[in-house]
Amino acid sequence: MTTLISTTPKSINSRKSNAVPKIPFRKVWKRNSLLYWMLIPALAALLVFNVYPLWGIAIAFVKYSPTKGLFGSTFVGLKYFTELFTVADGVTLFRNTILISLSKIILGQLVAVIFALMLHEVTIKSFQRFVQTLTTLPNFLSWVIIGGIFLEVFANRGTMNHLLGSVGLGAVPFLTSPSIFPILIVTSDVWKGFGMGAIIYLAALTAINPELFEAAAVDGAGRWARLRYITLPGISPTIILLACLSLGGILNAGFDQILVLMSPLVKSTSDILDTYVYRVGIQQINYSLGATVGLLKSVIGFALIALSYWLADRFAHYRVF
Amino acid sequence: MILERHWSDTLVNIVIYLILTVLAIICILPFWHMIAMSFSGRTAVASQSVGLWPVDFTLQNFRFLLQRPLFFQTFGISVLRVVMSVFIQLLVSVLCAYPLSRDHIYMPGRTVIKVIILFFLMFNGGLIPALLAYRSLGLIDNFYVLVLPGMFNLFNTILIINYFRGLPRELEESALLDGATHLDVLLRIFIPISMPVLATCALFTAVGTWNEWFSALVFIRSLAKMPLQSYLYLALLPNQSTGIVGDLIQKAEQFKQATPEALRAALIVVAAIPIMLVYPFVQRYFVTGLTLGSVKE
Repeated sequence: MTTLISTTPKSINSRKSNAVPKIPFRKVWKRNSLLYWMLIPALAALLVFNVYPLWGIAIAFVKYSPTKGLFGSTFVGLKYFTELFTVADGVTLFRNTILISLSKIILGQLVAVIFALMLHEVTIKSFQRFVQTLTTLPNFLSWVIIGGIFLEVFANRGTMNHLLGSVGLGAVPFLTSPSIFPILIVTSDVWKGFGMGAIIYLAALTAINPELFEAAAVDGAGRWARLRYITLPGISPTIILLACLSLGGILNAGFDQILVLMSPLVKSTSDILDTYVYRVGIQQINYSLGATVGLLKSVIGFALIALSYWLADRFAHYRVF
Repeated sequence: MILERHWSDTLVNIVIYLILTVLAIICILPFWHMIAMSFSGRTAVASQSVGLWPVDFTLQNFRFLLQRPLFFQTFGISVLRVVMSVFIQLLVSVLCAYPLSRDHIYMPGRTVIKVIILFFLMFNGGLIPALLAYRSLGLIDNFYVLVLPGMFNLFNTILIINYFRGLPRELEESALLDGATHLDVLLRIFIPISMPVLATCALFTAVGTWNEWFSALVFIRSLAKMPLQSYLYLALLPNQSTGIVGDLIQKAEQFKQATPEALRAALIVVAAIPIMLVYPFVQRYFVTGLTLGSVKE
């Protein structure tokens, strides 16, 4: 039986096997040097594109000017960090980011689970494949495309409001109201992702031992009892695992989507960390402030990812590497 | 043994089928609407009377698009980018996955390397340091900034690692015994039988790089070097009298039948068509590809 996620206990995966002799490295090299050479392209790419740019972090601590370079710019210490949380919108940014992110994660997983449960009940294979194909399609189109469509459909005089008007309801300012816009963001993101998100749950559902269901049927368990005592407990490891892992991405609140759909009118509730970096750091060429926000996001994000991996190991017995 | 079917079971079943159908339709509806709009005439679009079917059927919007040289240029850039990215990413991923998947071979430092890779992939400086770094590398306004930085794709690499781990050890061992080098094993034995996972990775990369639009926005200056999706994004920005949108709108005024909304719809349709056409056929690769490397118990 295959499972998408391997939940084997720690001891099986232990790297230090008991019977490894200490072979001198020269011998190892003669026999297996190719193995090390093969890693070169990946490591080189990592070096150039991930390690090398790290020097730019220093920019967060100086008043950077491209003409003066890093060492020519004046050192200002934590000025930008404090500025971010006092004068600039640091608190708002974090609030927006976390609120939007949490909503997306919770609602997204909820819809994905319910959808997977429903899809699992379907016995006609062709219908199942049909629904799956259609619902996973939005996932593979970029937010530029989907955002372009939504900018049109949800505009103040767009298709949606036209429809609402024709049934007698008033127009809703989806894209321009700071209170409604985040709801649109979360809902549309769930719409885009639930099909693909359900795939993992479907795999987990099919991995549940069918004998359990048969035994339950014999014992006279109805559909809801089945759900409560077999199905849900069967996929709860998966749910816990995905919940743990999603913690690491909590500071990524969907930059692509928000950048496309955002307008200055809704900035107060939908400006997230990444859109701020783009707007202030690149468009307004305030490199230092942008680098500051980026650094904060990287550090906190990294800590969260490490935490999420540890949680996944601890509560869901899943080792990521 | 006959299980009794309660009437509520059938009812719930019907409800489920209904809901699923509605969900499936909701997913396809917006695109349908866009396609309809892109084939519709000026007055119809402006008065919002386009529903799911074109009103005043016209090919003007597409004809206009196809006459923009920028359109073809950006389309070509996207295609070139996808082809090169797939090739490079597969190469790097496969080469990297092989050593990392050989857990049974004593290879000092492998764990350290794994940790290093994970660490530096997760901890990067962000957008601004990347901008400065690429500038110093001469990648700004350079086509290769669209291909090279994504060279090492961790997701694909992990898929391949898991797949390689699942391959029977005898294949490798017998080859090594016969005097093959690790490279021979990789190229002549592993790769030919890894076609499913390689196809999956190629597809993920292709879709990912086709859809990626933000890096060009930051790292590329000249319109002619932008990929299609970035061009689309710039065309979506409202209220611009210069640049792409200006170009589109001004020229559109000369075209009696084409409105900016319908033009955008046509552009969206064209940008989405490659994926929408190919998707139904390759969808199973995406769905099953995720489970290819799973542990068999």
